[in-house]
Amino acid sequence: MRSAVIVFPGSNCDRDLAVALEQVTGRKPAMVWHRESELPEGIDFIGVPGGFSYGDYLRSGAMAARSPIMRAVKDAADRGVPVIGICNGFQVLTEAGLLPGALMRNARLSFVCKPVPLRVENSQSLFTSQYDAGEAITFPVAHHDGNYQADRETLDRLEGEGRVAFRYLENINGSSRDIAGILNDSGNVLGLMPHPERVVEPAHGGTDGRRLFEGLLETVA
Amino acid sequence: MKRRVFITLKPGVLDPQGKAIHHALEGLGFSGVNDVRAGKLIELDLADGTSDAEIEDMCRKLLANTVIENFRIESMETA
Repeated sequence: MRSAVIVFPGSNCDRDLAVALEQVTGRKPAMVWHRESELPEGIDFIGVPGGFSYGDYLRSGAMAARSPIMRAVKDAADRGVPVIGICNGFQVLTEAGLLPGALMRNARLSFVCKPVPLRVENSQSLFTSQYDAGEAITFPVAHHDGNYQADRETLDRLEGEGRVAFRYLENINGSSRDIAGILNDSGNVLGLMPHPERVVEPAHGGTDGRRLFEGLLETVA
Repeated sequence: MKRRVFITLKPGVLDPQGKAIHHALEGLGFSGVNDVRAGKLIELDLADGTSDAEIEDMCRKLLANTVIENFRIESMETA
């Protein structure tokens, strides 16, 4: 699997994601700067990492979503290349229109930074095939703007089509229907606020995130 | 020419910042505040003749996230 990690000014989880991908796939991902307008040849997985791209100016993810590389990411997603957006990456993907809804300021206004229990809602996706449906797992979160909001029609559609991938077992940020992660309509784009790349080896205090990347490797490679 | 763009959360969208401001006002002893909504003001200095349609396009493509926000464009008095 040849993966790419997109790097914006202010990204700070790009290295974590690259290390997780290298550990699982055995190949160093290409680190692609936001000013590039094309992805390297033969990329079959794209990660949009966490952080504070452009200092969260205007809205979280708003500026990054309009940077040159995002056109290439959008084209690749349209061709079916799997794309994951983690934390700020999720915000970028919603701002870019690759995923529906928006991520707003946490309902209690505080920055939430802790491991949180999640439920795997859909175990049939490219990203979640190594989990059992309904399984409880723990990923860390670290965000200020993780409050997922969309209109009722969109939420109903996401639920009806099995596109809610992960749900918080305890609502930490005000997200509608406890949504922690969603899929696009073709199932090849996943956005989630929690950080699977921060729980891939025992030294991290957990390994629940590793299976996400292993599942991808199995489907993509 | 100068234009002001006001960006506000759509009605019904929870505004935690507005709520916190509301509580702070109450904490200072101001009574009779029914609700507070916080938004953004963006001032644009534009080439003369920039059309309204173009400014609206700027709002839709970047300045506002129309999933959750409304925008209103106002002309600014030039001194």
